[in-house]
Amino acid sequence: MFRACRQLGLKTVAVFSEADRGALHVRDADEAVAIGGAPARESYLNAERILAAARHARADAIHPGYGFLSENWRFADAVHRAGLEFIGPRPEAIRKMGDKIEARRLMAAAGVPVLPGSFEPVADVGGAEAVARDVGFPVFLKAAAGGGGIGMARVDKPTDLAGAFAMATRRAQAAFGTGALYVERYLERPRHVEIQVFGDSSGQIVHLYERECSIQRRHQKLVEESPAPNLPPPSKTGLATAAVAGARAIGYTNAGTMEFLVDEGGGFYFLEMNTRLQVEHPVTEEVTGLDLVVAQLRVASGEPLPWSQSEIVQRRVAIECRVYAEDPSKGFLPSPGTVQRLDLPSGEGIRIESGVEAGSTVSVHYDSLLLKLITHGATRQEALERMVDALDRCVVEGLRTTIPFLRRVVASDEFKAGRVHTQLLEQGAFNA
Amino acid sequence: MPEEIKAHITGVVFQLPTKPGDRVAAGDAVIVLESMKMEIPVEAPRAGAVKEIRVREGQTVQEGDVVAVLE
Repeated sequence: MFRACRQLGLKTVAVFSEADRGALHVRDADEAVAIGGAPARESYLNAERILAAARHARADAIHPGYGFLSENWRFADAVHRAGLEFIGPRPEAIRKMGDKIEARRLMAAAGVPVLPGSFEPVADVGGAEAVARDVGFPVFLKAAAGGGGIGMARVDKPTDLAGAFAMATRRAQAAFGTGALYVERYLERPRHVEIQVFGDSSGQIVHLYERECSIQRRHQKLVEESPAPNLPPPSKTGLATAAVAGARAIGYTNAGTMEFLVDEGGGFYFLEMNTRLQVEHPVTEEVTGLDLVVAQLRVASGEPLPWSQSEIVQRRVAIECRVYAEDPSKGFLPSPGTVQRLDLPSGEGIRIESGVEAGSTVSVHYDSLLLKLITHGATRQEALERMVDALDRCVVEGLRTTIPFLRRVVASDEFKAGRVHTQLLEQGAFNA
Repeated sequence: MPEEIKAHITGVVFQLPTKPGDRVAAGDAVIVLESMKMEIPVEAPRAGAVKEIRVREGQTVQEGDVVAVLE
């Protein structure tokens, strides 16, 4: 973010919590403002404090990043009302896509395939059962305000529905303030493939092709790559066309991602839209050679999109592995602590995005993502060899990380062959 | 024989679903920790009655800290 700002001659202001006083992002910025205590609700989730910091620093615009308030339409709206630019989509688009049921309705109306299921919240277990019988078990119960896999439950048979409904609605209530649920058909061995889209204020919308993101734990991504290997050409074209149509239907501006599930026959279904820059955006940047954050800044300042569709080409192959402070030998339990030693690989085709350095404290209060390793190559083979090598040379000591797991993924037959789906991890394909 | 229940991760106490005197089954959540945006239950290793809860909501606990005691 700061790199992109510097490139455009823009000054940067970081905000930080008490826990992050010594953090890398604080030193990287031209200026930094303390906004409160370590718990996120006292700092990074506190819109008032962030706006006060922006006023104090006389900022013109706020980039919300990809966590915390980045998909909170009320925050985006408050930024506008404070006379600042929000570097992202319009609040209305965030609101519409944040309501996962409304998103399903809007996308279906725009001709984007959605999974069979409910287009209204299901009021109770009876309502859920009626939909489930209609679409056929197994089904997924999902939170209407959902995201990040929270409040999601797979239900295999009618007798499991009551228990799953109670748990999912409780989790959704706790996480999102509403327990509203909906029902979707459950797919066996689907792939998670998403399309990067980008719109400007003149109504022009382009896509930047797909990212394959099927290697996940707790419905959250660990490995991403582009182009998606073994994706049938009609699916590839269909996904991109559907994603642009969906984004156009809601007048989408700035960077966004349309997420889909792809079934074994190549059929695809809209999952949700992430109305922000994504963690895995470097994959697309390495594949296309385009800078998404620079484009975000330009488009937010009212400029047209810097590229036409025909100028966007998949030139290379890129893979990203996410290094989290989690223990893969214990079901990916969190592993906060202090980074004692950090040796990062470098060399041709390797890009690193790290939020930590040796000596960094990794707090219990925030997400466990430490750094991202991205490799690219002229071919998938080359990108993959570079990733195997980069993971071998990546040393993080002081806390447990996903590195041992990631090494097993890139060494697995399934990954090497590009034959992946979202259930590989739970099936034990990458067990030690 | 009282048995101490220790936190298996570092985190912040998010919920206290049990109180002293409650009966729990093996595997029941005695306390729930929040760490790195995840809710992690600390489970009863066996059935029994909760004798003591040694933490309060919002408190930070380290891996290995005793958080509760079973009768």
